[in-house]
Amino acid sequence: MELDNIERLLEKYFEAKTTVAEEKVLRAYFSQEKVAAHLEVYRPMFGYFSQGKTEQFTKELPLKETSKGLFRRLYPWLSVAAVTVLMIGVYFGKKRYDQQQLEKEKAQYAYQETKKALSLLADNFSRGTEKVAYLNEFVEAKEKIYNKN
Amino acid sequence: MQQSDFLKMVTPFQDKLYRMAKRLLVSREEAEDATQEVLLKLWSKKKTIGSYRNIEAFAMTMTKNFCLDRLKSKQAGNLKLVHSNYQEGGTSLQKQVEAVDSVDWVRKIMEELPEQQKMVLQLRDIEEYDYDEIAEMLEMKPTAVRVALSRARKAVREKLMEKHNYGIG
Repeated sequence: MELDNIERLLEKYFEAKTTVAEEKVLRAYFSQEKVAAHLEVYRPMFGYFSQGKTEQFTKELPLKETSKGLFRRLYPWLSVAAVTVLMIGVYFGKKRYDQQQLEKEKAQYAYQETKKALSLLADNFSRGTEKVAYLNEFVEAKEKIYNKN
Repeated sequence: MQQSDFLKMVTPFQDKLYRMAKRLLVSREEAEDATQEVLLKLWSKKKTIGSYRNIEAFAMTMTKNFCLDRLKSKQAGNLKLVHSNYQEGGTSLQKQVEAVDSVDWVRKIMEELPEQQKMVLQLRDIEEYDYDEIAEMLEMKPTAVRVALSRARKAVREKLMEKHNYGIG
């Protein structure tokens, strides 16, 4: 008997022990014209469930392919660029520093050489004054002679 | 993942998400907004989406959580849910009106159920998911799903019996 079967299924249904297939049988039964009078109560329930799948989502989905801005896409590369700039800076900075250091050394050397040359000159000058001292002697002697006369 | 691939992936279940959202939020506009929000969130995760075993269940869980949060914040804000879209059985034939009405009871009855029972009933009796899927979607144990489902079905039956016996409709 089909009715027996439906009643049995209903019992299982309310204990949540029916399978999806059995529930389909129930919905099919309650969707037909003739339903046993004492089961009429359940008709709206299964009727409602049967039509529950008709509603659809119709709203548009504004999907953006590039959801990130230009900046956000380039952002990871920013650090790479920064490091590169820093390295270049350090490299050329070092070069320049070395150059300056070399120039300084050269200047120091030139200064020392000049100093040496000047002291040589000074030595010779002082030797010159010694010789002039002899001349003084001569002048004094000459004076003495003049005074005696 | 391209837009078209995403839409192809989402199309089979987006209506289900929407119906779930509507079950919880009642208002059509709110349900549409919620579904849109969930799908956009899913889209923003498109790079990692391949690692999810069951995207449909994952999306359903997102929808559930989103709607429940929504309800909670509404309750906290003391706001009433706006739902102006009750279906009207606007036909002159008495019989049709009756039929629509009695089916519509069930919707109203379901509105009064606790959220968990609403969701279980929605996923099982309308969307026909199996227990394991529902358990995954609602982050519950399968046995708990069965218990909630049995309770929900019985609650609907009880309310229907009341109405039937009073002879309304």
